[in-house]
Amino acid sequence: METVLAGFKVNVTDEGYLTDFSQWTNEIGFEIAKEHGIEMTDQHWKVIEYLQEKFNNNEALSIRGIKKSGIINIKEFYSLFPGGPLKISTKVAGIPKPVSCI
Amino acid sequence: MSKTKVKKMLFILSKATIENVYAAFIMANGARMEGIESEIFFTFFGLEAIQKKKLEHLHVATVGNPAMHIPTMLGGLPGMEAFATKMMKKEMEKLDMPPVGEFLEILSDSGCKLWACKLAMDMFHLKSEDLIDEIDDVLTIGDFYSRANEENTHLLFI
Repeated sequence: METVLAGFKVNVTDEGYLTDFSQWTNEIGFEIAKEHGIEMTDQHWKVIEYLQEKFNNNEALSIRGIKKSGIINIKEFYSLFPGGPLKISTKVAGIPKPVSCI
Repeated sequence: MSKTKVKKMLFILSKATIENVYAAFIMANGARMEGIESEIFFTFFGLEAIQKKKLEHLHVATVGNPAMHIPTMLGGLPGMEAFATKMMKKEMEKLDMPPVGEFLEILSDSGCKLWACKLAMDMFHLKSEDLIDEIDDVLTIGDFYSRANEENTHLLFI
């Protein structure tokens, strides 16, 4: 469905994930984060960049991948994106919701 | 994040076969990933999964397990259990499932509490130093029940 985020017209899924990454901008990421009560910091953006790079390389995302990322450890990840870190961070990053169970 | 009403999942892991251990770990980790609290209470053979010396040597059962689809007599041959376990671990690695030790680190870092059962520890003559460092404490079952201290908490026995 079509919606407006931070003044941009974008297509999202029922759960609010962008369906087309090319529509994503920093402002949109900022807006989605705000909806989840997250104030974006440099550390948050580093994670977002990492996730987008993985997405562009067609690599699957998992919590194990975060552990090995060298960008952030799991504890920090949970404190940056509380209440479902991988699901919220991928939404902010404008990439699809991860399908893995791990 | 998730629309579920479940707030907290408490798992009791009483077995040491690989499929049971991973079932508990994946569900406990999955809960944390959805913003649900989770804790695991390791009792009886479940304690094998948190003993430093044993946790990387857990097996799948090839005897008394109809889902293996091999005759029970064959399953009992020497080396069968090790072979089946090796095959299963290979498939798990393909799906990026972490080995037991790494999985426990992930769970602990994710905020999943890990408890050892006091009675089973006494029965198997285990000491705290036999267990991995990530264990939060040794509890009685009464202590563990008191962890179910909020609404929408679920207990699951594996």
